[in-house]
Amino acid sequence: MSKVDLNKETGPREVFCGLTSIVWLHRRMPDAFFLVVGSRTCAHLIQSAAGVMIFAEPRFGTAILEEKDLAGLADAHEELDRVVNDLISRRPEIKTLFLVGSCPSEVIKLDLATVAEKLNSRFLGQVRFVNYSGSGIETTFTQGEDGALKALVPLMESTDDEKLLLVGTLANNVEDRFKKIFNNIGITNVESFPPRQSTELPKIGKNTKVLLAQPYLSDTVRDLKHRGCEIIQAPFPLGVEGSTKWVLAAAAAFKINELKVHEVIAPLANRARQAIEKHKEILRGKKLFLLPESQLEISLARFLHNECEMELIEVGTPYLNRDLMEEELNLLPDNTKIVEGQHVEKQLDRVRASNPDLVVCGMGLANPLEAEGISTKWSIEMVFSPIHGIDQAADLAGLFSRPLTRNQILTSKSLATH
Amino acid sequence: MELTLWTYEGPPHVGAMRVASSMKDIHYVLHAPQGDTYADLLFTMIERRGQRPPVTYTTFQARDLGGDTAELVKRNITEAVERFKPKTLLVGESCTAELIQDQPGALAKGMGFDIPIVNLELPAYSKKENWGASETFYQIIRTLLKDKVNEIEKINPKRWMSLGRRPKVNILGPTLLGFRCRDDVIEIQRILSEQGIDTNVVAPLGSSPDDIARLTDADINICLYHEIAETSCEWLKRNCGMEYTTTIPIGIKNTISFINEVHEKLDLPLTNQEELEHKSKLPWYSKSVDSNYLTGKRVFIFGDGTHAIAAAKIAKDELGFDVVGLGTYSREMARQVRAAAKDLNIEALITNSYLEVEDAMKKASPELVLGTQMERHSAKRLGIPCSVISTPMHVQDVPARYSPQMGWEGANVIFDDWVHPLMMGLEEHLIDMFKHDFEFVDGHQSHLGHTATKGPENKEDEHARTNNSTQKKGTVIWTDSGRAELTKVPFFVRGKVKSNTEKYALSKGLPEISDETLYDAKAYFN
Repeated sequence: MSKVDLNKETGPREVFCGLTSIVWLHRRMPDAFFLVVGSRTCAHLIQSAAGVMIFAEPRFGTAILEEKDLAGLADAHEELDRVVNDLISRRPEIKTLFLVGSCPSEVIKLDLATVAEKLNSRFLGQVRFVNYSGSGIETTFTQGEDGALKALVPLMESTDDEKLLLVGTLANNVEDRFKKIFNNIGITNVESFPPRQSTELPKIGKNTKVLLAQPYLSDTVRDLKHRGCEIIQAPFPLGVEGSTKWVLAAAAAFKINELKVHEVIAPLANRARQAIEKHKEILRGKKLFLLPESQLEISLARFLHNECEMELIEVGTPYLNRDLMEEELNLLPDNTKIVEGQHVEKQLDRVRASNPDLVVCGMGLANPLEAEGISTKWSIEMVFSPIHGIDQAADLAGLFSRPLTRNQILTSKSLATH
Repeated sequence: MELTLWTYEGPPHVGAMRVASSMKDIHYVLHAPQGDTYADLLFTMIERRGQRPPVTYTTFQARDLGGDTAELVKRNITEAVERFKPKTLLVGESCTAELIQDQPGALAKGMGFDIPIVNLELPAYSKKENWGASETFYQIIRTLLKDKVNEIEKINPKRWMSLGRRPKVNILGPTLLGFRCRDDVIEIQRILSEQGIDTNVVAPLGSSPDDIARLTDADINICLYHEIAETSCEWLKRNCGMEYTTTIPIGIKNTISFINEVHEKLDLPLTNQEELEHKSKLPWYSKSVDSNYLTGKRVFIFGDGTHAIAAAKIAKDELGFDVVGLGTYSREMARQVRAAAKDLNIEALITNSYLEVEDAMKKASPELVLGTQMERHSAKRLGIPCSVISTPMHVQDVPARYSPQMGWEGANVIFDDWVHPLMMGLEEHLIDMFKHDFEFVDGHQSHLGHTATKGPENKEDEHARTNNSTQKKGTVIWTDSGRAELTKVPFFVRGKVKSNTEKYALSKGLPEISDETLYDAKAYFN
């Protein structure tokens, strides 16, 4: 194992909460509805993070707690019942309804599991109810997906069929590409979780081999293990290196000859490396500082260092799951500074002191840093763009080279002399 | 419990942030979990601010709840005061912290700082953003002036005469994330200075606690946005006798009334009354023959109280529209909006539900909608032109150009913004005349373009075009896998991907485009 420099930090944080992951989860499963049980802040957060003004009637909403709900708990349960009834009569096409806990619902200990159970028996055969918490006192940003998927695991039927299960939301086109690659190397039974329809949950069992597509699914992985699934240890499929090792790990689990994999992958990898080249010219030797947010930071740092030759100043991560990240940590250069947790003010002091060429950060910090003359890439784009896989590696590199290129264009002499 | 799919207003602490971020030398310690930090992006992304809001979030977590969250609050307060050295500290809590009752404001006051501390109690489960902004502004003023108001004499609005100086006013209410506040302030200051009236303080926008402390140097207050400043103006009136204006200077008639009101309050003679009619182009543009077609256009209005009421008046009196709907999401201003609606013989719509607004819009079948960004989307679905007149803010509502709503220039902006989405009168006439000519087979419509999407038909067309173009050239054929892959490319870049791939295939002498070719081309052009 490489000797990374692990640090922990506590203090004020600047990170989204788990509710934010509803923004991509509801797009992945168009037959599902996400009902947050929370406050006006929760509603405002999701619409601000998603810029949801574009939707006619979004497939997520908030049951906003009011003063009278806080007075007595029995009331709150009845009220929630009423809201759910309204919602289902209004949206009869909903097949799965996620009751999503929030900070206030957790603090007042609103028992969404019991509510979901009652609703399940009432709407049996029509709508399925599951519950999880996306609260910011327990989860950050992408961890919300972990909660949602974990909640679905008990609903997955059992099977002894051998299959490869890709776990973690992927863009549909990326998922199709992965399936094609796996088919080409001889793994034919490949399914995804979450599925594209909430009702088409894959079956799982002792011959299910789980390959994680996203690094933030600790709880889901634990439950899949309990159901007998084998978890394939691999880095994550970002960049050529990560994606190749990811596919190789799956092949090894299915006892497929490594040469066969290379035969399929090599042309794709060569093509991708060439495509990355242009971005590498811009990124090479540039100093990178990653602030914690999406939990993809460690994989991104590995890609940007190993394949784009960037220098890593600091890699922030909201939390570190050593088991899941082990393969990634092994691929990082020695002495990479990893900081788990955050004290946003102290971290920004370090950003300024280290004079980075590029900072990966949240949207709240990007423009203020730009105004100080520091180029940024906002991390939320990583969870909305198709960045996984060999074919997307150059696109991924492009997300980081673009701000630098743009900066160069805008600060060129031609503009300055105007 | 209220089912909300989308909300016009954020929670009250976001209102407090609007006030804090508008000001200088102030810091806000907000007892809140980490998710609440999303609010920063409202300022840094929507307003494109180059500074972070002056807010420290305590970001307590579940594991802190068992321990001492009060200690966490104190630690954050100490660090914030040391690091940011504010002249005034705001302390408050968001919805979740309200439940755990640490009373951060009281804690802060017991910590022995020698700066004023404003304890913000903003009930998150019953109040909303504008109320929060209003309450925060009021609490800041009260905290910073409560000792002073006992010492000074009641302020006579005519005192400037005996003091031998020009009259001086405060402009109260403009904030960040307020609709066109930045430019309204400039316009109003310009108008006042033309009348020989000086501006003492503009607040909250751009002011510091020191400025708040000298609010009482002015002769009267201008209450520019009732939602934010009315409570403060009332308090200043009650405690220092400061008079304040109530007319909102949006539209020509309102701007003239506003100028008259200011002059009356100050007992300053108005010498250029007849000039005022000619300060804006709106009256003449509205009178010009091309505007004849505006007569009786049915208009539906929804927004915050201030802008909705003003819009109704302009629509009816200055543009000759027929107001067929009027409503607001500002419950605090429901009474005034109802009164304005009654004058128009319609019933006001007071609601937080955008779906209710959309239903009302449908029923009213307007020809123009004046609303928020959400009404713009509803109107787009219904194929009705729309202009945005009110918050909630969208990045488009912070234009690079000078674009006020108030005063003379505001009236010019309003004329353009409301009329341009409609078809120009002469143009409409000509199109009507020529519509049977073959050039118009496309069914020329207004340049609004009746954006309602055609959906499946479009896809069919595109498919047909894909085949046609490839077959015409006779050299490249899209295979099923290639075409399937192409449909997965987001629509807004699909055209470019298609032409690039064809270019690539032609240059390589490939007879067919498969999914692999598409990715080859993608890598090639990357």
